[in-house]
Amino acid sequence: MFKMEKNTPIKPVETQQKQLYHIKVNINGVDYEHDVEARLLLVHYIRDVVGLTGTHIGCDTSNCGACTVIFNGKSVKSCTMFAVQANGAKILTIEGLSKNGELHPIQRAFWENHALQCGYCTPGFIMQAYWLLKENPNPKEEEIRKGISGNLCRCTGYQNIVKAIMQAAKELRSK
Amino acid sequence: MIPRNFIYFSPSSEKEALELLNEYKSDARILAGGMSLIPLMKMRLVSPSYLIDINKVESLSYIKEEKNRLRIGALTRYYEIEKSSTLKKLLPIMNEAATWVGDPQVRNMGTIGGSLSHADPSGDFGSVILALNGQIITSSLNGQRTIKADDFFVDSFTTALNANEMLKEIVIDLPEGMNGGAYVKLERKAGDFAIVAVAAQLSIDSKGNCNYAGIGLTSVGPTNLKAKKAESFLLGKQLNERTIDETAEIAASEARPIDDPLRGSAEYKRAMVKVLTKRALNLALKRARGV
Amino acid sequence: MAVTAIFGARVKRKEDPRLITGKGTYVADITPLGCLYVAFLRSPHAHARIKSINASKALSMKGVIAVYVGQDIKGKLNPVPTGWPIATDPPIKIPKYYPLPLDKVRFQGEPVAAVVAENYYIARDALDAIEVEYEPLPTVVNQEEAVKESAPLLYDDIPNNTSFVWELKGGDVDSAFKEADLIIEKRMVNHRLQPTPMESRAVVAQYNSATNELTMWITTQAPHIHRLLISGILNMPENKIRVIAPDVGGGFGSKIPTYGVDALVAFIAKELKRPVKFVEDRRENYLATAHGRDHIQYVQLAAKKDGRILGLKVTSYANLGAYLSTAAPGVPTYLFGLMLSGAYKIKAVNCKVYGVLTNTAPVDAYRGAGRPEATYLVERMVDILAQRLKMDPAELRKINFIKHDEFPYVVCTGIQYDSGNYERTLEKALQLVEYKKMRGEQAKARAEGKLIGIGISSYVEICGLGPSRAVRGTGFSLGLYESATVRVHPSGKVTVYTGTSPHGQGEETAFAQIVAEEFGISIDDVEVVHGDTAMIPWGMGTYGSRTVPVGGGAIAIAAKKIIEKAKKIAANMLEVKEEDLAFEKGRFYVKGAPSRGVSFQEVALASYQGEQLPAGMEPGLEATTFYDPENFTFPFGTHVCVVEIDKDTGQINILKYVAVDDCGRQINPMIVEGQVHGGIAQGLAQAIWEEAVYDNSGNLITATLQDYAMPTAMEIPSFITDSTVTPSPHNPLGVKGVGETGTIASTPALVNAVVDALSHMGIDHIDIPLKPERIWKLLKNR
Repeated sequence: MFKMEKNTPIKPVETQQKQLYHIKVNINGVDYEHDVEARLLLVHYIRDVVGLTGTHIGCDTSNCGACTVIFNGKSVKSCTMFAVQANGAKILTIEGLSKNGELHPIQRAFWENHALQCGYCTPGFIMQAYWLLKENPNPKEEEIRKGISGNLCRCTGYQNIVKAIMQAAKELRSK
Repeated sequence: MIPRNFIYFSPSSEKEALELLNEYKSDARILAGGMSLIPLMKMRLVSPSYLIDINKVESLSYIKEEKNRLRIGALTRYYEIEKSSTLKKLLPIMNEAATWVGDPQVRNMGTIGGSLSHADPSGDFGSVILALNGQIITSSLNGQRTIKADDFFVDSFTTALNANEMLKEIVIDLPEGMNGGAYVKLERKAGDFAIVAVAAQLSIDSKGNCNYAGIGLTSVGPTNLKAKKAESFLLGKQLNERTIDETAEIAASEARPIDDPLRGSAEYKRAMVKVLTKRALNLALKRARGV
Repeated sequence: MAVTAIFGARVKRKEDPRLITGKGTYVADITPLGCLYVAFLRSPHAHARIKSINASKALSMKGVIAVYVGQDIKGKLNPVPTGWPIATDPPIKIPKYYPLPLDKVRFQGEPVAAVVAENYYIARDALDAIEVEYEPLPTVVNQEEAVKESAPLLYDDIPNNTSFVWELKGGDVDSAFKEADLIIEKRMVNHRLQPTPMESRAVVAQYNSATNELTMWITTQAPHIHRLLISGILNMPENKIRVIAPDVGGGFGSKIPTYGVDALVAFIAKELKRPVKFVEDRRENYLATAHGRDHIQYVQLAAKKDGRILGLKVTSYANLGAYLSTAAPGVPTYLFGLMLSGAYKIKAVNCKVYGVLTNTAPVDAYRGAGRPEATYLVERMVDILAQRLKMDPAELRKINFIKHDEFPYVVCTGIQYDSGNYERTLEKALQLVEYKKMRGEQAKARAEGKLIGIGISSYVEICGLGPSRAVRGTGFSLGLYESATVRVHPSGKVTVYTGTSPHGQGEETAFAQIVAEEFGISIDDVEVVHGDTAMIPWGMGTYGSRTVPVGGGAIAIAAKKIIEKAKKIAANMLEVKEEDLAFEKGRFYVKGAPSRGVSFQEVALASYQGEQLPAGMEPGLEATTFYDPENFTFPFGTHVCVVEIDKDTGQINILKYVAVDDCGRQINPMIVEGQVHGGIAQGLAQAIWEEAVYDNSGNLITATLQDYAMPTAMEIPSFITDSTVTPSPHNPLGVKGVGETGTIASTPALVNAVVDALSHMGIDHIDIPLKPERIWKLLKNR
């Protein structure tokens, strides 16, 4: 069922076929400029255009939080935003969290507390924890649980994730 | 899940947004937080030809105390509502209800104006605004309109907004004297749509009689419902176990739930309206009394 | 370098640095240059005849390369085979399961057309442009309905939609029932679940037409099995196919089966001679990736007045969905029926299972696979018996337990439990939960009108799948041994190649611990390679808690072979007899003269240099093993759950959860705990929140994570975990496996607690999931 035919005549490119939008975005301190379709989802922009594949897609309906990134200082689900909305924005993804090869205390706490298994949800959880601890540097267990209730993990039963965030909070407070 | 394509606008002023809306009317949608709209677009249940992104119109985001009124801009995010010290002081039911909306990331983006315009009967804030007798201020190139919250919700996902009109702000008369409110929600799991939720706002006079009662119901009808009979039953009465019980019973009779295979039968939902109304009223009363 | 007891240590995982920094590589992260994207048009109907498909509009869209429908693959692709065609009389009926249906669709979401386009957005747009004319047919989704004479048939040649009837006769059940003082009958539903690994399925295929080599990256738990089955579907030599499972974001059984669409993607890559990629979205994952469980069970239990259980009769209707998925026939039969004696001495068990085809997504293994269905049934029946006899459920369990001095013990279903101490895990769990005190608090709460319940679940499960003779005897298409290659490099660094395919279980660490311990070297000097058929001799994959007992066993044996050879080399180097050498902490030395020695690294180098080898010995230092275990392993334990029920709403609040598990020796207790936590969470999820729901027309109404109620950190409590250690006597490492214990134990523990809270009202059973409404309805009528 190919539509390709032999001797297809050459045609000029249909520039009007779809409208593109020029966006400038700063991700992890690096400036990017691209022309994108209006409907391009931010998560696809980050993953497939910029090439930062640490941000994952788990549900497509803004329920699982695997795609969580920090957008102008706030945690958001990048599967439920358009790339055009990010024009002029500052975004932090999992790849931008460790500085000079040093793990961020949250990353280290996840490692030390076995807060991940398959690792697929992990970038989303770490980014959400990053925002949560900025908002509330001294959270109680219940506040952590509520704070990560927009993220789903199938492997850990959450217990070690909560523990890791507790440890990271303590360490970040002492800094 | 990929939406159909659309033409995108990012106006920087309310006027510019209204001009676009006036031009494209029902072919256009306003994008605020996008927490309801974008999933619908991704599932291709909604496919606007034009998207008017008002996120750059910062003048639409505010929580202002003004004489005896409170004004909340349409673009105010649930995060702001949850954290607002003004609301904590004047209308803490708002802060409480905000903590029940979606999840933290959704609240970081989601706006009060967006939710109310979306008019999902399982939305949380419709009930709160109904319980508070709020007013919706709309704007269009033709000027502004004031619509009582009760008249704003027409049907499921249908509001009194005209195609060239957008929700601009919510205005609430501040309660007087001893008052308190509560938003109580029964849900399958955190962040889910309510099985049932109830917003209750009370004021009591020095004798302990009720001089304001507002009750809003979530997920038990085609829209968020105002339990008007229950409210008027309570007005002027002493608040005690018996009157609260009767009020809750009336509220349950005002509910119009339908069977939901996932979130509960109509029978269960109706029964839960009673349970939750009681709980909300008791909590509101406790808060009104300052205990 | 002092290395002591790395086996058994809480070592941080080697796989984590890449996963916490966003540097992991999942299939969706792989996009070869020139890659095309596939999107599937899926049937909105659960049962319909395809009258016509018109893709001409789609094909005219810019960026659309091709569209494939069932007729395009006819004669080119073979049907997807079933990997576990169980032996039954009459023989199992296996429907033809083509990657794209030729004439009929049989479940909602079954793909009917594949669009190939330059990017995913275009492919998705093109789906809307394909016109399909369907003739809807009557639908059946429930297995008890499907076996009725009046039910619509999915296949003309499969009467009563019954693929097979499987029977197990263990012991003399008639005499057991004759002896009984009481017989309890129950109907139990073990509902359908959507496995929900956080990563949906994905596949990338790349074909080299010059070499006829096909490389596939697949989200799989079993790359070699996928390669074998895909080679069969494609009619392509197995040795020309390379399957890679890179980082895989959880599987829970749903990534064991071979899916037709994966072979189809490979077929398209061959046809178009370009790389092709397909990534499911969550809705597709829910519609078309295998579901789990879905039994309706009729149970009779015979017992004496003193609490002794005599016999069990079970008839189960297992909903298999519209086609037989790879392991589907074995899960509700062998993995279920063989475990119906539980942790107890029961004289006789009879089990009959109807394997039923319905207009729903195929059902296959889901964490626990068969054992949760058996354990839930047994542990519920034990509690109902305790309630009838007014006995304490802990005491009743003790009466019926196989005692610790009776192992190995052959249960009436015919399998031999390797080792156990069921009394000890029960006692420990009761202590941790403060059982007596809790019972006191329960009585007090009851007097105040509160509903508190305590639920016990003592499980034993079958792991370490498995001895090839035994599994072949069940009809499984291959043996279930496992391979390992341990390669010591000249520098003394080690690479381990395992045929298992971990996807979150942490074996890059645990296996390194095994080898580091054997060789007395640092764990940092051991790398574990898995999930690549080009690098690993052969492998059966990761599922059924087999990775450590079977895969780890293979590694331990290979490592021992290397030590044997190294010792010979060391003896030659030191010019002493082999038996005069000791090996400790990575060093061979002369007994009585410890300063005379060579390090493991020195021996490794010598083994590659050659001149210091004993005469006739081959150079190099590596070993490959295929380890076929002599028996299965049988982890066990007791979980206790305490709940409070909100009388007004029916909501359950978990007050306390204690788990005491025995998985034999533990390589890394931190990982063991992690497996237990996650397992418990998944079992609780089935007990309270999760349920795949089809309406009567076969529409899946839980097709997104908005509707499928997977619990968050707000619902799942913290667990108190502990363990005992009863080594497996036949396994090289004494390990048993722990991947599924939590899931198996927790569903009945929770349900037993809820029923216990309501037992004084005469309630003895409630079907799962325990939605608040179900409990509220029961309370309302009392």
